This record gives sequence, C-alpha cells and structure tokens, in this order.
Amino acid sequence: MSDAPYEIVIGLEVHVQLKTNTKLFCRCSTMFGSPPNTQTCPVCLGMPGALPVMNKKAYFLGMKTALALHCGIPKFTKWDRKNYFYPDLPKGYQTSQFDLPMSEEGYLDIQSTKDEFEPRRVRIIRAHLEEDAGKSIHDEVAGKGDSRIDLNRTGTPLLEIVSYPDMRSAAEAKVYMQELRLLLTYLEVSDCNMQEGSLRCDANVNLHIPTENGVIATPIVEIKNMNSFRSVERGINYEAKRQYDVWQETGKILGELPKQTRGWDDSAQVTRAQREKEESADYRYFPCPDLVPVVVTDEQIEEVRSGIGELPSGLRQRLESDFGLSTYTSDVIVNQGRALVDYFLELAATCGDHKLAGNWIQGEVLRILNDQEISIDEFKLTPSQMAELLRLVQAGDLDSSKAKDVFTAMLESGQSAADVVEDLGIERVDEGALEDLCRMLIERNQRVVDDVKGGNEKAVGALIGQAKKENPNVNPGQVRQICLDIIKNI
Amino acid sequence: MSLTRQDVEKVALLARLRFDDAELDKITEHMVQIVQYVDKLSELNTEEVEPMAHALDIHNALAEDELRPSLLRDEVLKNAPKHDGEYFLVPAVLGE
Repeated sequence: MSDAPYEIVIGLEVHVQLKTNTKLFCRCSTMFGSPPNTQTCPVCLGMPGALPVMNKKAYFLGMKTALALHCGIPKFTKWDRKNYFYPDLPKGYQTSQFDLPMSEEGYLDIQSTKDEFEPRRVRIIRAHLEEDAGKSIHDEVAGKGDSRIDLNRTGTPLLEIVSYPDMRSAAEAKVYMQELRLLLTYLEVSDCNMQEGSLRCDANVNLHIPTENGVIATPIVEIKNMNSFRSVERGINYEAKRQYDVWQETGKILGELPKQTRGWDDSAQVTRAQREKEESADYRYFPCPDLVPVVVTDEQIEEVRSGIGELPSGLRQRLESDFGLSTYTSDVIVNQGRALVDYFLELAATCGDHKLAGNWIQGEVLRILNDQEISIDEFKLTPSQMAELLRLVQAGDLDSSKAKDVFTAMLESGQSAADVVEDLGIERVDEGALEDLCRMLIERNQRVVDDVKGGNEKAVGALIGQAKKENPNVNPGQVRQICLDIIKNI
Repeated sequence: MSLTRQDVEKVALLARLRFDDAELDKITEHMVQIVQYVDKLSELNTEEVEPMAHALDIHNALAEDELRPSLLRDEVLKNAPKHDGEYFLVPAVLGE
C-alpha cells in the first residue's frame, strides 16, 4: 500500500492476437508487416454479400486460453454485431460476442517478486472472441490532409480478456499483464509481441477516497494505448493522481459524470481525453445473422484441457518443492519461458545437484543470455556440457571463481570443461598436499590460530590468501574448511 | 412500446443519417408503425420459450486455418473514392 490518501481500483481489458495463419472469419493471412492492403478479401472489406466463416483454430486457441485462466466454457456460444462508425472498420460493425461469450468466470493469481504487494487472485469476468479492426495512419498535423487506412489487420482474431476491478495498484496491474503474457507464451496461443500490437491493454481506473462522510468513488476512466508494461504502470499512476486532483477541485463523484476515455501519451507521460464513451446500448448489439452459433461437447473441452501442459504457477511450485530452488530462483527461471525451464530440468537431472544447477542458470547462464541478447536455444553450451562443468565444481576441483573462468573459456572455444581445465593449467590439488600446506601456514601464523580460537572465524581468510600465493590451484573453500578443522583440534 | 421523435433522432445520429424536419416526421411515423407491428409478438406468452440466437437451426460452421489467396491490391482499392495506390484515403479522423 502506498501512502496516497486514496485506494486505486483497477480492472483490465486485455486484447490478445491469437496465433492463427488466417483471420477469424476469412482465410486471408494474419501476417504482420506486409505491404498495406495486400491481405484483404471481400469479407475483410465488408463487401455486400460476403459471408464470414468462423476459424476453427481461433475458437480452440481461445478455449485453451480460457481454460488455463480457470474459466467455464459454455456449451453454446454465438456472435454479435457491435455497431459503430470508424474508417478502419469497413463493415460498420465489429463482429464480437455480447451476451453469450465463449467463456466466463475465471481467475489469474499474481504475486510480486519484489514484495510490492500481497499475493492476489484477480478474477476474470469473461474471455470472448472478436475481430480486430484495420489501422489508421494519421497525419502529424491534426486535421491536415487525409488519413491513410490499411485493412491488413482487419479480421485478425482477438481474445478479449476482461478482469474484475480487483487490482489495487499500478504495480499489480503491471504484474497481472506480465503474468498473463507469460501464461499465453507457455500456452503458445499468441506471439505476445507488444510492439507489434499482439498484446494490448486498456485499464478501467477510479479511486476510492475515505472522507468524513464515508468512502467516495471517483468517476471511472478507461485508459487506452498503453503499449508496454512500463506504460501500464505509469499510465495508471498518472491517472490516479489526476483523478485525485480533479476530485479535490470539482468534488465530482461516480455517477455525476459519464465514463470517460483517455489515451496514454507515452512521450508526454500524460493521459489525454478522448471521445466520451458511448453507452453500451448505443452499440446496438444484435446477433450476427451471417455466423451460426458454436456448440461444444464435454469431450471436446476435456481434449483441449488435456493439451494445456504445465503452466507457470505450477512449474514454480514444482521447482521449489521438488528441486529445492528458492522462490526467487524458480521465479526467475520460469519467467524466462518454457525453454529455459527445460534446460534447467535437463541440467539438474544430469549433474544431480539441483540447487547448483539452478544457481548457475539464474546467474552465469542468464547473464550471458542478457549480455548477448540471445535465447536459451541459441546458447552455445548443451545441458550435458554444462553438467560436466558443474560436476567439477561439485567434486571441489574448481572453486566458483575458477569455474566462471572455465565457463567463459568454454563459451569462447567450444571446448569441453575437462579440456579447458587442462589448457588453463588448473590442476586439482591432492588432498594430502593441501592439508600439508594448511598445516605449514597454521604453524607460521599463530596469531590467526588465536583469533579463530577466540571466536573470529573470519581471521582464517588471511590463510586462504597465503595458500593461493603458494599454489594458485587451491580451492579457497577447501582451504578454509581444512584450516578451521585443524585449528579446532589444536 | 411507442417510439418518439427523439428516439428517431438518436438512431439517425448513431447511423450518421441527417434528416430535415419533414423527413423526420415521416420517418418517425413509419418507424412507429413498424415497431407497433412487431410489438404484436409481445401478445404471445413466451415464458417457456428459449431466446432464439439464430434463424437457422444449424451450428459449428467452422473452417480450417488454411491460407487462401487474398485479392490483388489494385482490385481492393478500385472502388474507393480516394486512394494512393497503397492505402485508402479518408478525410482526417483525428480529434476523435
């Protein structure tokens, strides 16, 4: 909770472009970035007499997502026309779902790795299918010249996921988006590319303000155009502060003003007023006579459910309980996507030390992936090559700093861990020789012995330094342990 | 259910249609008649009847997700009042 004199109430409407080859109601391509108006047909263009036919894959990708969000799947669903005029909507209506959506009543659990908020279950009102509109390109100067319209995107399948107003801070909204994106990535139902618009977010925001006469609510504002996780957070925080200022100035509360739509301007970092939101009845929804309803059976629903696979929340739990990873480490690995989880599982199984495997992936491997901006699929070392390195660490042949040197050299040369160790002249120091060295150093350093015996175990560090000078190959951890053991027995 | 002139004005606005007073009078009269005609249905008892979602008693007309050729762009733009060979051109729609 912040120190602000209000509580922010947030519900999100997220539009996800589903990963199909063709559009929702025709077989034109959904590919992004093609030359303008090269992926359209009479259905996209809203030509008289053109008849839409529902994309089977889009429906089942939608169902898969809805099931992963714990939604119920009605056996009967239908399509409706949402009527409004805009140049990028050639038909004059958007085909969407109104009263009988394909899924209802689910939830998504969110938690903060940075302890920004208590874990929360965000309930989902519904997830329904609808078609995307085309793209309008406006001239820089408002009102000057023509706007250009590209209808390639028209009819691309969208799943609109509507949450209850269950979130209470911008940080929660951001994490909800991130968790949703991760889920969609695991489900492989969308590219989730925010730059290309395949994941878009509108937020309904208002404030609850405690006053002497009880808690009041400010009018609800819908914020559009937040195209990154950061802008979701910033847009909501800006809007909350703005609503508080307006309330202090005007005293207007919920019901006294119509719902307003504001757009987030990322470069100016402000929200700006857009058109007043038309009442839902003004869209004059009615059943689309061109599309017949869809009826599903329990068997079909169960078949989709069984294809869902392991999801992020379950995987995090498994990495913690079955592999002993910390909450943080399992979170970091799972949040990188399924491929890194698989890499971890293979490495953990091969090297046997799950925690060591987890720490190396979270540390060194991810550092390389981030530095080189590559995915785990492009990472040079296979899990078995990594396991060979980790086994040397486990056996005490390499201390952590040497292991990092070997790791770097393996990446550079492509050699095996054993070959690199040999090339670098790293030799395992025989246990007997190591003990002799430690005894010699202890004899030379009575002061350290006294300090350690006096309770200051850190004093043994001086011996580690000297040991390294005598033999660069010694393992500092081993030296420390052997010295402490000897001193305690003196 | 009765329809007022204000209702007709509102529907006309939503449909982006502009009528003069005489036209509005005439259209209001027509629409009142249409609604009255359809209103006859409310004389029936529909308590036990499920709302009809579609006129045809068929469902699941689904197509496989297989690419088919789109129209050539020249064809696509041919009927447009204004285009630049790549895009449809429409009066500026900023200031929404």
